[in-house]
Amino acid sequence: MTMPYYASPEQVMRDRSEYARKGISRGRSVAVVTYADGVLFIAENPSSTLHKVGELYDRIGFAAVGRYSEFESLRVAGVRLADVRGYSYNRRDVTGRVIANAYAQTLGEIFTQQTKPFEVELCVAEVGETPESDQLYRLTFDGSVVDEPDFIVMGGQADAVSANLREHFLPGMGLAEALRVGVQALSAVSPATAGNGGPGLLSGELLEVAVLDRRRPKRAFRRITGAALRTLLDRSDEGGTVAAEEPHTAAHAPSVPQPGTPAGLGDPDVPDTAGGTGEATAPDAG
Amino acid sequence: MSETSAGRSGFPPAYLDRVGSSFTDFLAATSPDLLPSRRPVPQLPVGELAPHGTTIVAVTYDGGVLMGGDRRATMGNLISSRDIEKVYPADAWSVIGIAGAAGIAIEMVRLYQVELEHYEKIEGLTLSLDGKANRLAQMIRGNLGAALQGLAVVPLFAGFDLDAAPGTSPGRIFSYDVTGGNYEERGYASVGSGSLFARNSLKKTWRPGLGGDAATRSLVEALYDAADDDSATGGPDPVRRLYPIVYRVDAEGAVRLADDEVAAVASGITDERAAADGQG
Repeated sequence: MTMPYYASPEQVMRDRSEYARKGISRGRSVAVVTYADGVLFIAENPSSTLHKVGELYDRIGFAAVGRYSEFESLRVAGVRLADVRGYSYNRRDVTGRVIANAYAQTLGEIFTQQTKPFEVELCVAEVGETPESDQLYRLTFDGSVVDEPDFIVMGGQADAVSANLREHFLPGMGLAEALRVGVQALSAVSPATAGNGGPGLLSGELLEVAVLDRRRPKRAFRRITGAALRTLLDRSDEGGTVAAEEPHTAAHAPSVPQPGTPAGLGDPDVPDTAGGTGEATAPDAG
Repeated sequence: MSETSAGRSGFPPAYLDRVGSSFTDFLAATSPDLLPSRRPVPQLPVGELAPHGTTIVAVTYDGGVLMGGDRRATMGNLISSRDIEKVYPADAWSVIGIAGAAGIAIEMVRLYQVELEHYEKIEGLTLSLDGKANRLAQMIRGNLGAALQGLAVVPLFAGFDLDAAPGTSPGRIFSYDVTGGNYEERGYASVGSGSLFARNSLKKTWRPGLGGDAATRSLVEALYDAADDDSATGGPDPVRRLYPIVYRVDAEGAVRLADDEVAAVASGITDERAAADGQG
C-alpha cells in the first residue's frame, strides 16, 4: 500500500496561486479607466460575441480576464444577484460592494476548497453621481478584493500596461482622451501590434470598448461598437481635440439599431430613451 | 485598502449554474415566494377590495405605435386613485399597459421589465417582439386562479418590431385574455372597462398610415369618449392638471410624451366638443 505524499498547506496554496497566475497572464489585458463622465472599459478582444466586459446593473459594470467559461458563469451569477436584489428591494439598493463581496466570497471558497482554482481576475465598477463616488473593485482568484482609484489593469502583461497607464493617466480626462491613453497602454505590450517599426495602435476590430456613463438615465452601461468606436478612435488620434465638425460616420448610425441589438449600443452621447425621459432625437440620414 | 471579505456567504450554487436566461424561471427555482403566480389563490371573490385600473388604448401609425391610458383606478363604486399610471415601458422598444387588479398588474409589470432586461444582459441580445409577447402570455396564464376570484389582469402590449419585413408596419399590438390567450391586433386595440367606447371611437377616427400627430389625437379622443360613457374611466382633468399617459414607440425607442403635449391635444378636443355640443 502506498502512502500519499505529504504536502504542507503553504506549498499547496503556493502551487494553486502559481497555477492561477500563469493561466491569467497567458491571456490579453483589460484596462478599466475612470474618466470625467464615468468608467471606460477597454479589452483587447478580437471576438465580437465572447465578451470580457458586461453590464451587471443600472450603474454597475463587469470586466474579466482569464478562462472564459469560468468568468462567464460568475458574470451570470452577478446579474442574477443584482436582479433578484433589485426586484425584491429597490433598484437603488443594488450596490457594487454587495456584488464584489459575493464574488470575493465565492472565489475564496473555490480557491481553498477545490483542487483547481478559478483562473480569473475580475473588476466590478460602479459609477456614482460624481467622479469621487465612482468605485473600482479588483477581485483576484484567491478571493481578495481591493478598492482601487483611477484605473485597473488585469491579465496579460498587466504590470507593463499599468506602468504605462500610470505615466499618462490624468484624473478627469474626456472620453476620447481616456480611450487614447488606454489603447496606447494596451498597444504598447500587445503582440498584435508588435510589427515592423515599433508598436502601432490596436484597431477597432481588436478592441471591445464599453462605458458606464453617469449622465445616462437609468442604465449607464453602453457598448461602443462599429462606426461609433471608429469615430471615437479617430477623434482620439487627433490628440483628444474634438473636431468641431463631426465626420459623416458620426451620424447616429447605431442609434437606429440593427435587429436584435440590445438597448445601449453605440455613441454614448445619443440618449437611450428606455427610461422614457427626454425627447428622442430625430433619425439622421446616414 | 485590501481585505478578504468575511461574514456574508458567496453565491448559492443555483446562481453559478449556467442554465436558462429567464428571470422568472430563476426565481421559481431559488425564491418562488417572490413570484405572483406562486401564491395561494384566495378562496372567496375579493375583487371588490382591490383597486382596478381601467381603459388602455393602443394605435399604430406610420412610424411605430402609440399607447395611452387614463389615470383612474376604481374600487367598487369609489374612485381609489386619480393619478395612477397604467402604461409603462417594458424595455427600450416596447410598452405595456394594464387593466384589471392594479396591485397584481403592477407587480407583473415590474417582473416583466426585469425579465426582459435580465434576458438582454445574459444573452447580449434582445428578445424578438413575438418572443416578448409570448413571455407575457405565460405570466397572464399563471394568474388564472386569481382572475377567477376577481383579480384578473389583462394587459395590452405594443412594440416596435426591429425585424419587421419591409412593407409591413413595424408598430405591432398584442392583446390578451385572462387565460393567457395572445392575439395580434391590426391597427388599434383597447382593453379595460371603457374599451368598448374607445374602440367605437377609434373605428371612426383611425385610418391606416396616419401620421404621428393625427394618431395621438385619435388616441386621446378615444380615451375621452371612453371617459364620456364609462364611469370607471377618467377624463382629462384640467383642475389638477392630470392628463392621459401616452407613450410613443418608434425606431428611436419608447418615449413618454410630455404632459404639455398631451394637455394641448386634450384641450383641443374638449374645445371642439364644447363648440359642437355646448350650444344648448
